[in-house]
Amino acid sequence: MGLWDNIVLAVASLKSRKMRALLTMLGIIIGIGSVIAIVTVGDSLTGSITTSMAGLGASNITVSLTEKSSEDEESETFGVGGYMFGRSSPEESDLISEEMIAEYRYAYSSFISSIQLTESAGSAEVTNKDSSASVSITGVNADYFTDNELDIKTGRLIKQEDIDGEKKVCVVSESFVEAVLSEVSDPIGERVAVPINNSFAYFYIVGVYAEEEDTSALSSMLSSGSTNMYLPISTVKKLTGASDGYQSITVVAASGIDTLELADATTEFFASFYTRNMSYTASASSMEEMLDTINEMLSTVTLAIAAIAAISLLVGGIGVMNIMLVSITERTREIGTRKALGATNGAIRLQFIVESMIICLIGGIIGILSGVGLGVLASNLLGYPARASTLWICIAVGFSMIIGVFFGYYPANKAAKMDPIEALRYE
Amino acid sequence: MSRSASSLIKMRGIIKRFYIGKPNELEILHGINLDVHEGEFVSIVGESGSGKSTLMNIIGVLDRATEGSYELAGEDMASVKDSELSRIRNVNIGFVFQTFNLIGRMSAQKNVELPMLYAGVSASERARRAARLLEMVDMADRAKHQPNELSGGQKQRVAIARAMANDPAILLADEPTGALDSETSRTVMDLFHDLHRRHGKTIVLITHNRSLAEETQRILTILDGRITGEEKGAASSGTLG
Repeated sequence: MGLWDNIVLAVASLKSRKMRALLTMLGIIIGIGSVIAIVTVGDSLTGSITTSMAGLGASNITVSLTEKSSEDEESETFGVGGYMFGRSSPEESDLISEEMIAEYRYAYSSFISSIQLTESAGSAEVTNKDSSASVSITGVNADYFTDNELDIKTGRLIKQEDIDGEKKVCVVSESFVEAVLSEVSDPIGERVAVPINNSFAYFYIVGVYAEEEDTSALSSMLSSGSTNMYLPISTVKKLTGASDGYQSITVVAASGIDTLELADATTEFFASFYTRNMSYTASASSMEEMLDTINEMLSTVTLAIAAIAAISLLVGGIGVMNIMLVSITERTREIGTRKALGATNGAIRLQFIVESMIICLIGGIIGILSGVGLGVLASNLLGYPARASTLWICIAVGFSMIIGVFFGYYPANKAAKMDPIEALRYE
Repeated sequence: MSRSASSLIKMRGIIKRFYIGKPNELEILHGINLDVHEGEFVSIVGESGSGKSTLMNIIGVLDRATEGSYELAGEDMASVKDSELSRIRNVNIGFVFQTFNLIGRMSAQKNVELPMLYAGVSASERARRAARLLEMVDMADRAKHQPNELSGGQKQRVAIARAMANDPAILLADEPTGALDSETSRTVMDLFHDLHRRHGKTIVLITHNRSLAEETQRILTILDGRITGEEKGAASSGTLG
């Protein structure tokens, strides 16, 4: 008796008990469905983060000030108190200075395309007559725009001469103009009062940019209508009284440069400035590295949740076993008859294992379909492009068949070992 | 396996005990000697509890004797493995049960095909042979019907067709008319006579009904696990009315 005959037999047997088969499958459907849905959402999230990070600049390297590890200076900061007061915040002398940046720019000129410097002046409410708009104010250098491309509608970006001259100019968003300067036909050259460091300063608008369209429901929920206002970094530093150094800078690698290697070299270069500094050093990390870390974290979380969902698969499997046992008891006479007609123990065992496998396989396929559907729906609601993992679909199909064999084996074996005489006499 | 052997079934000193080694050990058959020749129609008659079912199980190799020798078509059944017994049941023995034991939710034709399925016969050949067998028992028009759509007599005719599926050496019928009224019993018995006379089948009929047994060639009476009598039946003279 071939495998095909067994499959035909099993399908016929399931067809004759549709409701029961469906209910038995439900456990498998829910199990496989939830695993696939979770993995689909997880994969979509990871994919979306990768894409958006690449948009932010995968070729970026962030050089930031970090505290030296405590092992180096255990004697110095002994005890909790020493730790608390010994490590407050970096002194001005600890910061990454303009000189270091200049030296770095000189030494690595062929590997980097630009160095972006920013100084935040916090967020503020800019008012004009009755209308107002909230902005987050960032001082930037001219290089800042080489990698953060702004879609300029009218006017221009911040230029080097604005920085050199500490000019009071700004670049604002279209929605800012709409909110604050709605009655003005040409916003270029208009003056706005910007609150910085508890006093107002007047800035002239030199450029207006269009915000990027963001379709994601989640991010539009989070953004709360605040847009970026860009000022020359020198002007911001002067108005806020900030120190000349930087806690962090962003290096954009030239195209074709391995950012991981450049990050290592950059760390080494900056560390040489800090050999005598007891508490701080500067180290570089590439966006790529961060991306890898984030992706790894996300897959771990996805896997953990999927593992929890897989428990429902176990429950489903037990359900299959239970129904198979009931079915075998009901069909005792049939098993006896089949044995009398010449079925070997192996043939009986195969018949019931195939039946259990088919329940699990059909359940698995329905589970995959509903899981992918659910996952795609959830991804779309969260605003990520959905992607279903073929790998996980294959794993799910394989796994559901393994469940079929595993939980079908015991009942099938019980059927196979029945004494035909007893079975034929069973009422 | 030689068909030229004088006895198709040859039993010598068959003893069957249950619960061996336990306090409630029970000996059902106390040394049965039995010979059934090829082409014979034999009946075994006994009251319930006489051991005739146990004997039938041993003849049908559903069970093994505790002691004694049993040769079926010249082959010693004591030395045969369990999986081989399945094959012997499949090919050499056709079972007809009192309660028909057709498999539900399977058409009459699929039921007839079942022994062929286990014998590894191809699907087209199965269908062809099943159709022919159903025609033989006059059930061709009900081939697609499921058992619950058939009457008792019709079910038993399908069961007989199924028993004949692999053209077995012996038809083993256990109270085949026990669940039927007298009229349908008659058609079923006529079918057995037909299979015996026209197809030369060896048939062993187990029954408690003496008048049915009288129709066969040879009647063996079993009482308390022993064969106590042997007489010729009506069919031996070939003048069955």
